[in-house]
Amino acid sequence: MTVSIIRFGGSNCDRDAERALSHLDIDAEIVWHEDGLPADTTGIVLPGGFSYGDYLRAGAMAARSPIMAEVRDAAADGTPVLGVCNGAQVGCESGLTDGAFTTNESARFQCEHVYLRVERDDTLWTAAYDEGDVIEIPIAHGEGRYEISEERLAELEDDDRVLFRYCDEDGEPSAEANPNGSKHNVAGILGDRETVAVLMPHPERATLPDVGPTDGQGVLRGFESA
Amino acid sequence: MSLADSDHELVVEELGREPTPAEAALFENLWSEHCAYRSSRPLLSAFESEGDQVVIGPGDDAAVVALPESEDEDEDEGGNEGADTEGDDTQTYITMGIESHNHPSYVDPFDGAATGVGGIVRDTLSMGAYPIALADSLYFGEFDREHSKYLFEGVVEGISHYGNCIGVPTVAGSVDFHADYEGNPLVNVACVGLTNEERLVTAEAQEPGNKLVLVGNATGRDGLGGASFASEDLAEDAETEDRPAVQVGDPYAEKLLIEANEQLVDDGLIESARDLGAAGLGGASSELVAKGGLGAHIELERVHQREPNMSALEILLAESQERMCYEVDPENVDRVAEIAARFDLGCSVIGEVTEGNYVCTFEGSEARSASDDSSGDDGEPRERETVVDVDAYFLGEGAPMNDLPSEEPAEPDTDLPDADLTEAFDAVVSSPNTASKRWVYRQYDHEVGVRTSVGPGDDAAIIAVREANTGLAISSGAAPHWTTTAPYDGARAIALENATNIAAKGATPLAAVDCLNGGNPEKPDVYGGFTGIVDGLADMCETLSTPVVGGNVSLYNDSVAGPIPPTPTLAMVGTKDGYDAPPLEVQPTAEGESELLLVGDLALESDAFSLGGSEYLAQFDGSDQFPALPSDEQAADLVGTLASVADDEATLAVHDVSHGGLVVALAEMITDDAGLDISLPDVSDPAGALFHEQPGRAVIQTESPAAVRDAFDTVAPVVSLGAATANGTLSLTVDDETITADATEIRDLRSTIEDELE
Repeated sequence: MTVSIIRFGGSNCDRDAERALSHLDIDAEIVWHEDGLPADTTGIVLPGGFSYGDYLRAGAMAARSPIMAEVRDAAADGTPVLGVCNGAQVGCESGLTDGAFTTNESARFQCEHVYLRVERDDTLWTAAYDEGDVIEIPIAHGEGRYEISEERLAELEDDDRVLFRYCDEDGEPSAEANPNGSKHNVAGILGDRETVAVLMPHPERATLPDVGPTDGQGVLRGFESA
Repeated sequence: MSLADSDHELVVEELGREPTPAEAALFENLWSEHCAYRSSRPLLSAFESEGDQVVIGPGDDAAVVALPESEDEDEDEGGNEGADTEGDDTQTYITMGIESHNHPSYVDPFDGAATGVGGIVRDTLSMGAYPIALADSLYFGEFDREHSKYLFEGVVEGISHYGNCIGVPTVAGSVDFHADYEGNPLVNVACVGLTNEERLVTAEAQEPGNKLVLVGNATGRDGLGGASFASEDLAEDAETEDRPAVQVGDPYAEKLLIEANEQLVDDGLIESARDLGAAGLGGASSELVAKGGLGAHIELERVHQREPNMSALEILLAESQERMCYEVDPENVDRVAEIAARFDLGCSVIGEVTEGNYVCTFEGSEARSASDDSSGDDGEPRERETVVDVDAYFLGEGAPMNDLPSEEPAEPDTDLPDADLTEAFDAVVSSPNTASKRWVYRQYDHEVGVRTSVGPGDDAAIIAVREANTGLAISSGAAPHWTTTAPYDGARAIALENATNIAAKGATPLAAVDCLNGGNPEKPDVYGGFTGIVDGLADMCETLSTPVVGGNVSLYNDSVAGPIPPTPTLAMVGTKDGYDAPPLEVQPTAEGESELLLVGDLALESDAFSLGGSEYLAQFDGSDQFPALPSDEQAADLVGTLASVADDEATLAVHDVSHGGLVVALAEMITDDAGLDISLPDVSDPAGALFHEQPGRAVIQTESPAAVRDAFDTVAPVVSLGAATANGTLSLTVDDETITADATEIRDLRSTIEDELE
């Protein structure tokens, strides 16, 4: 069982994901995108960073790299895929998930801790939590505002595809607690299959107990059941 | 600017002929103040740069310092960069470097600051290290000036853009505003890298016959003459006139370079390395071989270029960013080229290390274009021209030093304002200098790398170096009001203040690098002030047994508005076991369970205050002597004692007292859940007690006040300030006056920068 962490040129949270997964005793390795997806891949992380320097649009170029065709095939076969931050942007750009993550309402990069409300607890990414739990996880992005048509978002909400929403300490998804202007406070969302998820906050930065909160461990533990 | 007449004579004497245009340009740049430290080097011998922990001191691309041996190392959890020790007992090293990018940041704040980050990160790569933390200290004119805000926003955005993209966390730093930076802001960037004794690489060429390989961006005509531009006063029209001397960075290329460098070092393919900074290829390659006592033969047309028809001079001196020069064993050249290609980086073998002179030849495009039509068919050999042929050591080290007249700075008069205490509290706590810098550091990714245990906004950051089971504390800053009032004592205070920041987090200083910024040294009063900050910084660092292992000098920070304040930015690191540290904020406790103590306040003990250099005097236009500092012995003992008390189990909170004085420290400790009830009876001068800025003080919230008093007995005075409350309010009574402010009011006061810029 090996989780493949796809490193594009400009990825910068690949080592962090590896360190966090190793801490949870989940076997993981960094895979250079040109080398293709290893045959023994049982899970896939699209890590954070600035793939291709965010040129053109965040995630747009990585989404069109050959390895993403392999990732889409693996996802369709049920391999768990988690996109974090830039990986979430790549996920949306490559059609793994709906919508897009675009420039923050503040038009600035924001690095800070936020609260997320767990919207459902019956997916592998959230099985460690209870629905309604409030978890503290850092964000670090300039383009994290979730954007999608109202109609499509309504469909996704009807399908229970919203995984996390930005909220205040008490779990209220208020406008004040929305760090980037995301539509309906969406912070993370599922793909067509529940085994595919993307989120802007960084669970791998909230996993190692020696540097801070560990609320993100539950998300990464999704790979344990793979 | 061209080569000075006296320099020209020296060069002619050495060469026995007139220098070629390329040689003249090389000498002009490498003998500039920026590269050759002609006015500062005679002063820099004041610094103690040696110590058992120092592996490589000043003079290389970055300094290298050994971390203390730890007893038990963590298990390998994967993800290791820079020091993958594979479980053996290889010693873990850090690298430290600091650089200024002052003039470029005035002309083009975004790109100027961004490329400053890029440069110091490449200095880290040169040593075979992986960059793990950045700290930046920034200085601008008065915050209420539109131009200052424009520069401030641009610089922060540039650092954010570049640092975030390359995935190196910006964890510490400082921002100061002072009218005398109006015409010349300062951008000082420090980088800490991680390596070990096996991976260490230096910038000293090793062996004749080895190839010189240039890896990274293609060379274009950008940043021509940057070193000499950095060595002149900024002219009134600098924003338009000097724009071509500012480089434009590409953080994506830098990130690829970081990863390629990591693999080159991992695979042991590098004999020596130097990044291309000031004076471009000419600077890097000549310095590399000069340091090894060797020479080189470089064929300039082999350099991969971005623009057609570049001349030899342009290829030699362009400061195009994101390029490294490596010395490579001939048998490894193909593997280096493969790794560069894997990371989509350009790579060219440009020549080799020799035992002779530093020689550059060029088969020029002019020669080519002149003969292209005719020679294409008849196969006439193209003309190869020798454009540089000089002794590398003479080029690098031959610049004569300046012996400049110096004038002692004047002692300040005492002229104290009579401000209302509450009004003064509001003014000082909301001053942009002491206000929250959250607006700045929120734009920096300070957590990438998953090593940040304590981030920005605290006294010092703490980075988890799991490879050595060591917490690395980082503090960086200076204090323009202090060094304007008293260059020598102000600089001593800056060193003590950074050390106190580190000790407040339970760490003890390990080493420091400095960035010495001054005005035009040809002005005797400016040079006198500069001499003062150099000596002051050196003396206090020596007192604290903290070797100054490297640094940077930036002079000619002078504009039509006059010189900047002498500004000695110090970036200091310290170490501790583990990564935890007491919080800065006061903790709510039941009545009588904890006490708040102020340690190290000499003025309060003697009831005689000096407000010189304080934010209070800056706000209310007064002047005074700079405060007396602890004796050498007291200062060293204080830092060590504070570090051990901070890590005591009974210690609930610690906060360094410095900029803005005691009131600012106390205000910063208040939260919605915890307040402070403070009383300072029998004080003859309430404003003095609250606002003086003597460094080497800390507020400690402890459950065992007696133990703290014992620990500091004979080291520093200890005064009881009062106790924590659960009401989230600061209540501060001095003599018979009381200042009251709750957490919300304090937050509002401290949000000056956010309120203005968001």
